[in-house]
Amino acid sequence: MIEAVKPTRKDFQSDQEVRWCPGCGDYVILAQVQKLMPELGIPRENIVFISGIGCSSRFPYYMNTYGFHTIHGRAPAIATGLKTTRPDLSVWVVTGDGDALSIGGNHFIHALRRNVDLKILLFNNRIYGLTKGQASPTSEIGKKAKSTPYGTIDEPFNPIRLALGSGAGFVARTSDADTAHMTEVLRRVAAHKGTAFVEILQNCNVFNDEAFDSFYAKNVREEKMVRLEHGKPLLFANGKKGISVVDGEPKVVDLERPGARVEDVMVWNEKARASAAFALASCVAPDLPEPVGVFRAVERALHHELEAAQHEALRKKLGQGDLSKLLCAGDTWVIA
Amino acid sequence: METVIPSHPPTGRTRQEVEAVTIRFCGDSGDGMQFTGSEFTRVSALAGNDLQTLPDFPAEIRAPTGTLAGVSGFQVQFSSEPVFTPGDQPAVLVAMNPAALKSNLADLVHGGMLILNTGAFTEQNLTKAGYAKNPLEDDSLSRYRVHSIDISKLTATALEGSGLSSREVGRAKNMFALGLMLWMYSRPIEATIKFIHSKFGKMPEIAAANENALRAGWNFGETTELFQTYVVKPAKLPPGRYRSISGNESTALGIVAVSELSGLTVFLGTYPITPASDVLHELSKHKNFNVITFQAEDEIAAVGAALGASFGGNLGVTSTSGPGVALMQETISLGIMAELPLLIVNIQRGGPSTGLPTKTEQADLMQAIFGRNGEAPVPVVAASGPADCFDSVIEAARIAIAHMTPVILLTDGFIANGQEPWLIPDVAKLPRLDVKFRTDPVGFHAYSRDEKTLGRPWVRPGTPGLEHRIGGLEKQNITGNISYDPENHENMVRLRAEKVARVANDIPPLVVDGPSTGELLVVGWGSTAGTIQQAVAELRERGRSIAHVHLRHLNPLPSDLGDILKRYKKVVIPEMNMGQLLMLVRSRYLVDARGINKIKGKPFRVSELVAAFEEQLLSMQSVSTQGDSTQGKSTKGAAR
Repeated sequence: MIEAVKPTRKDFQSDQEVRWCPGCGDYVILAQVQKLMPELGIPRENIVFISGIGCSSRFPYYMNTYGFHTIHGRAPAIATGLKTTRPDLSVWVVTGDGDALSIGGNHFIHALRRNVDLKILLFNNRIYGLTKGQASPTSEIGKKAKSTPYGTIDEPFNPIRLALGSGAGFVARTSDADTAHMTEVLRRVAAHKGTAFVEILQNCNVFNDEAFDSFYAKNVREEKMVRLEHGKPLLFANGKKGISVVDGEPKVVDLERPGARVEDVMVWNEKARASAAFALASCVAPDLPEPVGVFRAVERALHHELEAAQHEALRKKLGQGDLSKLLCAGDTWVIA
Repeated sequence: METVIPSHPPTGRTRQEVEAVTIRFCGDSGDGMQFTGSEFTRVSALAGNDLQTLPDFPAEIRAPTGTLAGVSGFQVQFSSEPVFTPGDQPAVLVAMNPAALKSNLADLVHGGMLILNTGAFTEQNLTKAGYAKNPLEDDSLSRYRVHSIDISKLTATALEGSGLSSREVGRAKNMFALGLMLWMYSRPIEATIKFIHSKFGKMPEIAAANENALRAGWNFGETTELFQTYVVKPAKLPPGRYRSISGNESTALGIVAVSELSGLTVFLGTYPITPASDVLHELSKHKNFNVITFQAEDEIAAVGAALGASFGGNLGVTSTSGPGVALMQETISLGIMAELPLLIVNIQRGGPSTGLPTKTEQADLMQAIFGRNGEAPVPVVAASGPADCFDSVIEAARIAIAHMTPVILLTDGFIANGQEPWLIPDVAKLPRLDVKFRTDPVGFHAYSRDEKTLGRPWVRPGTPGLEHRIGGLEKQNITGNISYDPENHENMVRLRAEKVARVANDIPPLVVDGPSTGELLVVGWGSTAGTIQQAVAELRERGRSIAHVHLRHLNPLPSDLGDILKRYKKVVIPEMNMGQLLMLVRSRYLVDARGINKIKGKPFRVSELVAAFEEQLLSMQSVSTQGDSTQGKSTKGAAR
């Protein structure tokens, strides 16, 4: 008889060679996810990774769980059918900025509004990598890429605001530059009851290198980013600065200026109305510090539980369906 | 005060027995013609007639009143003999306004009965219908037996004091017409009264008004002595319990049956589209079965969610029409690559693009067989009538599960909305759908193959030791790992083709209706079955050498089809398209088959096919008398 052995990170590594470009941020994310999985206490056969198309979407091949590498943009839809019929499984969606926000925008917003209990990891590198360097829906305006030699003219999506606007119950952001923070956020994602969305800022060192370095590099991070921590004031720059929200607009409070009070700094509440999270999501570098952490964490009714409740109610009323009775329902007549 | 109405007209009155009647009810799309037709059909079915219906309505929910565009019709043929079609031409036309008369009169048989609501023949309505002169006042209707009845006014009189608005009263006039027709065909009205009260239970005044209008129509027939009454006796159908059913209803019931017969949860992912939405409407009621319905954000998500359900070890099903299938093809391709069961039901309508949403067509056959990128074969099955949708769903699901593949089932608007009596099957005699999930990790490979079917193992996520990854990238044979190897790709393309080809190994032999060799073979598929059958039967009665074979399996084609084609001198293929099966049969069997094609959004008429088949037979006769004398012998036998 085999003793139950506690699984390790190795148990979640598949036998497939990882084929991302050397130095890609995806390696960091893969390592953190593989490290996190054993902690969750979910047998690996009950975990499924579903992806669309793009660099990030190769992810399932490298996880020794069940996996399905599907079609560009459609992973949330396919995952919805899986989770609805198999609520016993832990279903993770791995997607990118092009996959989730461009071709799959429709499925992304509907997965969030329905609260199907999916864990959605969006690797945002603000570029199309697999097709070799076109602008993505999160590329900053003016971005010069292969498809936009004179700069993009399209306003980028802010994934956090899009998710909040779609009614997501759990919305967070982290980055490949801070593995400890990523682990912390991923733990929250896994623990959330309901669809949990996390944007992971991820460096594409081939087509959009250093896209986030101006704010997430180690030497500037403290000045240029703010951590959202539930119940704590939104302080950054070693506590010398904070964020306040006035009329829905985030503003920097310089606590070193005479008359500035720490009470003016907003105390973060991830369970507050979505408008607060929405305001914070408007903090964009370089004018304001980029927030990371949990923007919103509220529990909503689960899609599959609502579905099950309707089935239960009807079974209570009519009993488990009987095919013969169903076929003979309504007006019938007999020919002898 | 309530009058007691006997169930049948009093004796002493002449009742003419007729074998079959085709009636068409037509009026404004707000006149309740679909309701009237359906209810007349229901009562005829309960009286034991065999029947088929053909509803025909505009795509607009409420087109401008009184216009030709807004005309809605419902045709039903009911008979004391087996019925295969909704009837070519109505013998009775009930027209509730001038536009309905104008757009339907050409179909009425000469000498047919015309019942007109004169109350709607106002100057305004006549103008809207494009009549320069009132047809009631000239002799343009002289070749018909016209009954001019002011149904609007008679209904209003019957409902005096009901307290209803004149608009509400106006909407009850279809009940007057229904009452009159029920009387004319010696039908009881009790069942309809009961139905009215159950339908309008929450609005007792409306229910009472409809009942009174119905009774007024019935009494009008009884007291005016304007009409002959008729009786159509019960049909001599095979014994058993029957119900009236539409194709969409029987499709939905088939999906429930698949769940029961396989033990799988069935997941219907779908997006509303005409004429498929009724499948969702019906199925979504039955949550006490192991059936989940999901109204997705679009067709891509609908089929995607269905495929996700199949990946999870349930059966994913989607119901849609041609434009929806166009959006689903990429996911169907993924299903082919992932080799998972998936059932796609395409209720075809007129295309291309938005086309004719409420009209019928068979023009999606090529889309079903070939409509994806790459070499992407799927089995394709077609239903031949409203009741046959039930069996076809089970057959399509059987193939999907047994062969681990997406399957496309084709029905169409004609049979989806049309009704016929259905001999309710004995559940115990329905085929069990055997499902095998792989659970043994020893020697497991995601793309190992069943020797017989070439299907790969189906594994439910949650099974320990069988964790694996699949996807849309080319698979290495056996392991299922990603492979870009050229030899492997060619091998896999051929394997997937062979896998689908092997579906032909377990489909039953074709049944030929008619002589096993002869002059003309008619090959049909889908909803043309009844019309072809009727036309072929009529020609055989005239002594012609003609046979009919109808295909349920369109990909792969049945393995005995090639031999059957060779046994006849000529092959014709009637289709509601430009000749799609025709192209397949010609290229596959190198047979000089000819097409008979109609692309009007309407089913064939029996008479059209009889004429077309006769033409083919005649052309053969002239060719053989001019030419090869060795052909003469058998040709003469078939000549007129």
